[in-house]
Amino acid sequence: MMKQKLILKIEGLSKQYRLGLIGTKTLTHDLNRWFHRVTGRIDPYLKIGEKNDRSTTGNSDYVWALKNINFEVEEGEVVGIIGKNGAGKSTLLKILSKVTSPSVGKVKLNGRIASLLEVGTGFHPEMTGRENVFLNGAILGMTKKEIKKKLDAIISFSGCERYIDTPVKRYSSGMTVRLAFAVAAHLEPDILVVDEVLAVGDIEFQKKAIGKMQDISSSEGRTVLFVSHNMAAIKNLCTRVMVLNNGELAFDGRVEEGLSFYKELARIGETANFSSFKNEHIELLDISVTPLNGKILSISSGIEIYIEFRNQLDNINLDCTVEIVNEDEVVIYHNGALVLDDRNSERGIYRLKAELSPYLLNSGYYKINLIFGKDQRYVILEAKDAFAFEVDILGSSASSKKPGILYRGFDWKSEFIENK
Amino acid sequence: MANKDQWIIEITPKKSPLEFNFKEIWRYRDLLFLFVKRDIITLYKQTILGPLWYLIQPLFTSVIFTLIFNNVAGIETGKVPPFLFNLAGITAWGYFKNCLMNTSDTFKKNEAIFGKVYFPRVIVPLSIVISNLVRFGIQLLIFVSFYVYFISTGEMQLSLNYTLIYIPFIVITMGLTGLGLGNIISSLVTKYRDLTYLLSFGIQLLMYLSAVMYPIHVIKEKVPKISWIIEYNPIATIIETFRNISFGDSNISIIRILIVLMISFIIFLLGLLVFNRTEKNFIDTV
Repeated sequence: MMKQKLILKIEGLSKQYRLGLIGTKTLTHDLNRWFHRVTGRIDPYLKIGEKNDRSTTGNSDYVWALKNINFEVEEGEVVGIIGKNGAGKSTLLKILSKVTSPSVGKVKLNGRIASLLEVGTGFHPEMTGRENVFLNGAILGMTKKEIKKKLDAIISFSGCERYIDTPVKRYSSGMTVRLAFAVAAHLEPDILVVDEVLAVGDIEFQKKAIGKMQDISSSEGRTVLFVSHNMAAIKNLCTRVMVLNNGELAFDGRVEEGLSFYKELARIGETANFSSFKNEHIELLDISVTPLNGKILSISSGIEIYIEFRNQLDNINLDCTVEIVNEDEVVIYHNGALVLDDRNSERGIYRLKAELSPYLLNSGYYKINLIFGKDQRYVILEAKDAFAFEVDILGSSASSKKPGILYRGFDWKSEFIENK
Repeated sequence: MANKDQWIIEITPKKSPLEFNFKEIWRYRDLLFLFVKRDIITLYKQTILGPLWYLIQPLFTSVIFTLIFNNVAGIETGKVPPFLFNLAGITAWGYFKNCLMNTSDTFKKNEAIFGKVYFPRVIVPLSIVISNLVRFGIQLLIFVSFYVYFISTGEMQLSLNYTLIYIPFIVITMGLTGLGLGNIISSLVTKYRDLTYLLSFGIQLLMYLSAVMYPIHVIKEKVPKISWIIEYNPIATIIETFRNISFGDSNISIIRILIVLMISFIIFLLGLLVFNRTEKNFIDTV
């Protein structure tokens, strides 16, 4: 097989950010930096900096939003980039589209790059649709000649022919988005960067956007970098997946493996944000949801809920209630247990385990609320959204999610009654 | 692939401060003119009074200046009617001031668009300087009409000479200085917001030190001790020269014009340098 042409190469890319407010300290840091530079030493603040984990507190004012990223992309590849919030996806795209520059490292491109994240940038409400097409196109890097050539195609793609000479302020928001997307879609870059564009707009627009992306990659053979939280879209579109975690490239490879890697990562990571659930009586120390069987939370795995907390109340009858809430905020389970048999609580750490058998929960996203009670009467701590987890479709008899809140089937009985 | 290691674009941490990509700016020239067009079009579209404000502002300021500085303070303006004298100063000062003020918040004002898409940032201040030129042209027309009016009433005599050819240089000098200072300030403002406050009253002070409402020789006579501030202020020289040319005063030093042009060019380059450094990372600090 002939080796495809490399279109993008990233070498040791890192980006450092300063945390906190930019105030008086900046000036002293800047002066210090400048002093180091004129005396020929390296920037003292580039040495420090920590892994960018948003939930743990670090000592340094500097963090690495991206740390030592290396990868290559060949022409025609559709690369999905996934990661939790703050993993560095947007920073990576910002560097690629030259909005900000890296702290260390290099990006090499073999063609024009354009991003769909700036749909409608620079639209002026007082100008007509046509004038805005020119302005927006020029902002995105087209020349007047190029725009003129594509003007008819852009206008007909947007479906705004009738309004094209009306000021954009008279447009509905949907029309504005369509016109803006039409301009972006006709850019014809060698590398297209798409950041969560599918999150805006109605379903029709999302379909159109996905369709356009498919066209760009498959029929025109262009390279697409696609950042999204929409796993289904990633599965449909991408030929390769990269997972970013705390600014580092944690996975790079096949789509299926990448997605399950990410799910696993998200599950581990979610345990980190319960620390805010505490008061003078109860402090939630740990909560997790793990599969009973296997490694992935799925319909067939069953789930185990693990809770660890510190109690500061003496001699009460302590109870804990677990609520499982689905995507539509429907409480599926509201189930409690007495932590103690009698009014004999002690100060210290308690641990609870709750199991739910396989084939009970349908696939989907769930949240857990915890309610700690005293003497089965008073609430002493309520932990809303203490944990979130996803139940994978694995083990289901259907290929996509079945309707219904629960998966568990009826116990059917069928009899033959009469022979006619 | 034979040319496997040839890349069209490279993105690296820091570019040399002296590296200007003029080719890129040239490639985006259409954007420059579309920005200018946008500024001009939208100004007329927004209000009915819009363009009229161009006239009201300098005229009223001239009236007030005439009242205070000429009638009350008694500054002599020679053969020229005080109102026209002030209008000349204000027109010239106005172009410099608008260039400076409008470019000084380039990064802050365009944060949203700069944060999403790349184009040579310098296009924005450049477009401001050009669209201000249109504004200056309108104000110049008003000045000319009053000039003609005062001649027709016989209050002054028409005295123009060859020095008129220096006018374009004067305008360029003002634009370059305003753009240069504006670029420097807009770059610093991304980190240190204090400068915004400094600018708004600094520009007021600068106006009084820039010979807008008095001839330089009056200061020399009345307060010789500090007159050097005004003499060394390039803006004062520009405005005085503009006035002298308009009123046919042949007391013009070509050397001074050249020096001021050079200073403005240096300020312009310095501004470009600072701007160039800032544009790469400003989105992290703004």
